[in-house]
Amino acid sequence: MAIVDRVGGSVLSSLEFVGALATFGGRAIVSAFRPPYEVGEIVRHLYQFGLRSMPLILTSGFAIGVVLSMHTRATLARFGAEAMIPAGLAVALVRETGPLTAGLLVSGRVGAGIGAEIGAMRVTEQIDALEANAVDAFKFLAVTRVIACMIAMPLLTVMMDFAGIVGGFTAETAVSGMSWQLYFERSFLYLEFSDLIPATLKTVVFGFLIAIVASYLGFTTSRGTEGVGEASTRSVVMASILIILSDVILVKIIFFFYPQVPA
Amino acid sequence: MTSQGSQGSPGARGSHGSEPHGPPEPREPSEPREPAVRLDHVSKSFGGLKVLDDITFEISKAKAFVLLGRSGTGKSVTLKHIIGLVRPDKGHVFVDGREITQLDARALSDVRKHMGFLFQSAALFDSMTVGDNVAFPLRRHTDLPDKEIRERAKQKLADVGLEREFDKMPAELSGGMKKRAALARAMALDPAILLVDEPSAGLDPITASEIDELLVQRKHSGATIVVVTHNIPSARAIGDELAVLHEGHIIAQGTAGDLDRSDDPLVKTFMRSEAGG
Repeated sequence: MAIVDRVGGSVLSSLEFVGALATFGGRAIVSAFRPPYEVGEIVRHLYQFGLRSMPLILTSGFAIGVVLSMHTRATLARFGAEAMIPAGLAVALVRETGPLTAGLLVSGRVGAGIGAEIGAMRVTEQIDALEANAVDAFKFLAVTRVIACMIAMPLLTVMMDFAGIVGGFTAETAVSGMSWQLYFERSFLYLEFSDLIPATLKTVVFGFLIAIVASYLGFTTSRGTEGVGEASTRSVVMASILIILSDVILVKIIFFFYPQVPA
Repeated sequence: MTSQGSQGSPGARGSHGSEPHGPPEPREPSEPREPAVRLDHVSKSFGGLKVLDDITFEISKAKAFVLLGRSGTGKSVTLKHIIGLVRPDKGHVFVDGREITQLDARALSDVRKHMGFLFQSAALFDSMTVGDNVAFPLRRHTDLPDKEIRERAKQKLADVGLEREFDKMPAELSGGMKKRAALARAMALDPAILLVDEPSAGLDPITASEIDELLVQRKHSGATIVVVTHNIPSARAIGDELAVLHEGHIIAQGTAGDLDRSDDPLVKTFMRSEAGG
């Protein structure tokens, strides 16, 4: 019975968390369309989440491109299809590897930061101070971060895709001496807008999930610095899980609208 | 956070959208004799702990009301009720005749524009400079040009003796300096009601008396002041009326002279202590 109680308790608390998170997210969506729009804060967060994430995204994208190229070469060489390496790598990067990796990297860098910053503001009464100054703290802190994260994610994803292709070229040219022009021509040979646009736009959902989870955990922080650390860690874990789970659904939706039928 | 860069943005001025240049003017009371603040049978519990139990008091306009009591007796919670950060389980809170517990977020925000709050922990925004902290309410709620906002923020900091700390970050200040900077922020809009939680905590006696004098000046210029303190000399210097909170109840209320004559042992102990808090 104790095990049943424990499992039941865990399920109930998980459902409670999901419900509270959904309410928080719904409130953020409604609030985003109501003034004040806090443009200054959104731009500031865009700089922090977007521009300051670029070194991480570009470096990771480049490395992933190199590694993917090496794996692709090892596989395709068996079938004598080395010429397909650029196209295979580009499709893999643009459709899935780029968006998902960018989402997970941003959840680590930005999600942890949001959870810790808002959590620290909660425990030091800075959120109360915002409210006392007649400022809607939810909008000022959470909604602005959600919007900024939703804007930054697709931009970072495009950068990651590009860095990955450059990485792939670097690895390929080191082995086969393929020219830049030929590599890019072959990369985009089988790549269509239906590969790029839906896959890139799905990261808007990733951005929403990252910022909502981290903001919610920040706002509900208690127990001082220990609580701040926990909010930060849980933000990364929960956002990563939600990104991966939502990716399954989003890919299914994309396939519904853009069936991947060979030409 | 940085200083809100939306000075002059429509959103920065709340629901009216046409705030005058300069700090919001204190509203005219709906009735001439309406108290600035009135708590009516307010009770509040946290978990199983009853912090306030049927508290009732009112504070006249342009008067200073001092709440005394041992630590953990609900003084700060009482202040947070007045600004609507905490809602009572029972009872009503009136500010300028408006029942604030019934207001929606936007209306409550409008009420708060006429109030200043000094938190016990100072609660400065640690991602902004001290100057930007003080300028924050001005940027949010006025249309003043940035140059004038900076001038006003500097003046407010000078009032608390921190004019040289304008560009410092809160982390670079001592506890007492943070408290003074937070007081400058609370006074930035020259609010009609100033709520102050332990203004002299962590201050040397000279600075503490300067802060007392500043609060008295604010009172003389028409502001209503509500102070929570353990510092009896400060309470005597500032307060027109004092109240002692104990175990969720107000056990004594009146002028400093009235409380001096109280027979209650706790009140006597409090009033005889001359140590600063």
